Parts: sequence; structure tokens; C-alpha cells
Amino acid sequence: MIHFVVHEEGDGVGVVVVEGVKAGQHLNGWIMEDDKDIEVVAKNDIPIGHKLALKDYREGDTVIKYGVDIGKVVKPIAKGEHLHVHNVKTKRW
Amino acid sequence: MNLSKATFWGYKRENGRIGVRNHVIILPVDDLSNAAAQAVENNIKGTMALPHPYGRLQFGADLELHFRTLIGTGSNPNVAAVVVIGIEDGWAKKVADGIGATGKPVAFFGIEGHGDHETIRRASHKAREFLQGASELRREERPLKDLWVSTKCGESDTTSGIGSNPCVGNAFDKLYPQGVTLVFGETTELTGGEHLVAARCRNDEVRKKFQFVFDRYQDVIQRHKTNDLTDSQPTKGNIAGGLTTIEEKALGNIQKIGRKCIVDGVLDKAETPTGPGLWFMDSSSAAAEMVTLCAAAGYAVHFFPTGQGNVIGNPILPVIKLCANPRTVRTMPEHIDVDVSGITRKELNMDQAGDKLLECMFRTANGRLTAAEALGHREFVLTRLYESA
Repeated sequence: MIHFVVHEEGDGVGVVVVEGVKAGQHLNGWIMEDDKDIEVVAKNDIPIGHKLALKDYREGDTVIKYGVDIGKVVKPIAKGEHLHVHNVKTKRW
Repeated sequence: MNLSKATFWGYKRENGRIGVRNHVIILPVDDLSNAAAQAVENNIKGTMALPHPYGRLQFGADLELHFRTLIGTGSNPNVAAVVVIGIEDGWAKKVADGIGATGKPVAFFGIEGHGDHETIRRASHKAREFLQGASELRREERPLKDLWVSTKCGESDTTSGIGSNPCVGNAFDKLYPQGVTLVFGETTELTGGEHLVAARCRNDEVRKKFQFVFDRYQDVIQRHKTNDLTDSQPTKGNIAGGLTTIEEKALGNIQKIGRKCIVDGVLDKAETPTGPGLWFMDSSSAAAEMVTLCAAAGYAVHFFPTGQGNVIGNPILPVIKLCANPRTVRTMPEHIDVDVSGITRKELNMDQAGDKLLECMFRTANGRLTAAEALGHREFVLTRLYESA
């Protein structure tokens, strides 16, 4: 079962694609572009469609998705944690 | 799917364009004429009024856009005939003349000097005549290249970038080589991925034009913003669906233009393209505004990927909704025409998903009603550029 997908290798986030992911759960990921599998342990409950960090981030780091910059980290994030508006912001506007 | 000999059944209009619907519309020029237009719609069953809130004391480019949108809507090949009603004759005639250039049946009525009753009586006579005429028109088999297809996504979430948007991209990559006329837009929703669109432009001239309209829209945001737009772009729905920043949303959005299509030209809002290929229309990212502009530019079928479940339709342009979010497909099934949620379960690859969408496109073009049409979604929303005089 695929719990999360990653657009391409090198992306720092995965997207949860099933409902009901809980903290501590072992998650199977699919890297779509490269058709590879990865595994991560969720550190929070993560709703469907929301992202989890695939690596540890420090404040000021850039988040990469689709191989492109999608914003800056404003609070440290550990691998497996929920990554969203509470810890990542736009670099535009 | 081999599309080289693909055909669909459409209505050939006087100007050679092919429509996939056969609407007789009652088109108000201004807010004041909505009541009369809706009364005519009520009198003559099978006609459709397109009420809207604007059309008074607009001026300059904003007024030009108003006329271009109304004339374009009436000129769309999905429309067989048009009754135009305005508070006075002058602008009503201007809109009717613009539509009349296509050769289709059109008549106009001004309310001043007659009142609503007399206007409704006279307009109803004309509407009945047009409706009976349209009812005798028959579909004919046409090559795929005669179909114009637009796209715009809405209430996107992360599944849009994973599944439904690249599904449109796959379909666009298949339609483009067949000489189909395509369009995408949503100028501010390319923010963070604008370089990717610029790189896909046919030549420097197109690239320069694209960059000009992109930069102009950024200036609008910078001038009017009061924060980083986290209440608007991404929308609350986008954020609930997991999208974090405008950059992330834009990169998902851009999946709709596929991997092979070239951006052949840039259109102003509601501007009709001059040839086949993929066009970029400078446009709002608000769903109903953008789809209304696509209809006014002459597009006949629309692909609308959604994640969280935007329910939009359009009065004259069939809006085909596709969705890759299994929760939305489960909770809002009456709104979804094409379920591509199998992509994230590896039950459906992108090539198969694109074919599934194209199959729905042909059925819709041939007459099958979309979910939005069946549910009566007729969002007709005119884009305004600034205050009235």
C-alpha cells in the first residue's frame, strides 16, 4: 500500500495520499518520476494531501518539491514531521 | 489513444466554428436588464438567461473587456442564437452587432421608452423564433482539430499536482499534435514556476509577451496586498488540502500543460486565438472568472481538475471535472466526471488517465451532459479591471 508519494528523487517532501495516517506509523512511499520506493516513520498525525518532511530542516532552509523551490522553513522540522503553513512560508509576496 | 482519425459530432456555425451545445441565450448588457432577460427565459422554455452584476459606467480598458466578454460569449459556437437586452439601445446594439459578425441569428432590445413588460413581450417573440430555428439544427461529424479545449483548475490540493493536473497535461500532449486549439491561464498562479512556462514559449517574442503580462500582474499584487496573501492565494481550501505556498500551488498548476506542448502565443482576457496550438491567456485565477473568459474566447469544452472539490460550471461551456483525491471522489461524487484517484494507488498510469479524460471529452462533445450541467451550475462571472466611473 502506498501511503505517500514523492514527485521526484531529491524532493524534500512527500504527500500523504491515504486517510488516517497516525504518529509512529511506518509509511511506504512511491517516488513517481523514478518509480522507486522509500519508507519513513510519521512523527505526527498527517491528513490526506498534507506533506511530511523526508529530511531534517533548519530555519532558513529551502524546501524542494517537483525539483523546484517551494518556500522557506521558518521553524525547524524533523524527518517524518508534518510540513505545512506552520513551519514553511512563501518566498514571494 | 490514437487520435489521428478521431472525430466528434458538433454544430457547424455560420462562421465555420464548431459548437458542441446548441444554446439560445438571453444576454443582458447590464445589471438593470437581468430581470427582463430572466422573464424571457421563463416565457420561452429552453432558452437561457445569463444574468450578471455589471455593465454600467464602466470605461476604458474595463469597458472594452466587458464588451469583449459579452460579444465573445454570444459568438461562442456552443450558442446558436442570441437575444440581447440592455437598458438603452446604444450598448445593446453594439453587443448585438459584435455577435452578428459571426452570422448567427441575433436581436437586441432596449428597455428605456418601452418598460420591462413591452421589452419582455417583444424579446420573447424573437427568442421563440430563435429557439425553434435552433431546434432544427443537426450535429455533423467533424475532425478533432475543430474542437477547442480550455483548462483551469480549482480548489486544488496536493493531489492536483500529483494526479488530475498531469492527467490534463497528458491529454493536452495528445491533443496538441492533432492541431487542436488549447488554452491555459491563471497568471498569478504561475508564481514560482513562471520560469518553466517561459522556457516552454515558442520563441523570444512569445516569451517576452508572457513575461510582460506575468510581471504586470505581480505589480497588481504588490500594490494591493496587505500580507503575504495567505488568506487568498493559496486559498483556505488549498491550505486545508495540504498546499503550503503559492510556489507549490503553481508547480502543480503548471502540470496541466503537459511535457511536450509548446506555448504558441499569449492572449489578452477573453481574446480569441488566431490559430491552433497552446495559448496562454492572461487571466484571473478565480475559477468562474477564468472559465467565463475561456468561453468568451470561443472554447467549446473545458477540463477542470479539482482536489478539494470546486463545484463550478458555466452556462455555455461544458466543464468536465476530474479529481485524484480519493476522499473528494467519495464525499462529492455528483460533481466528478472523471475519477483519476487510482493514480496514487498505481491502479492507473498517467497515459491511461489521460485516455480516460479524452474519452469523457468525446462523450461530452457528442452531447453527454457534464455533472455541472446536470446540477445546473451556470456561473457567469465577468472580470473587472478597476472601479466604475
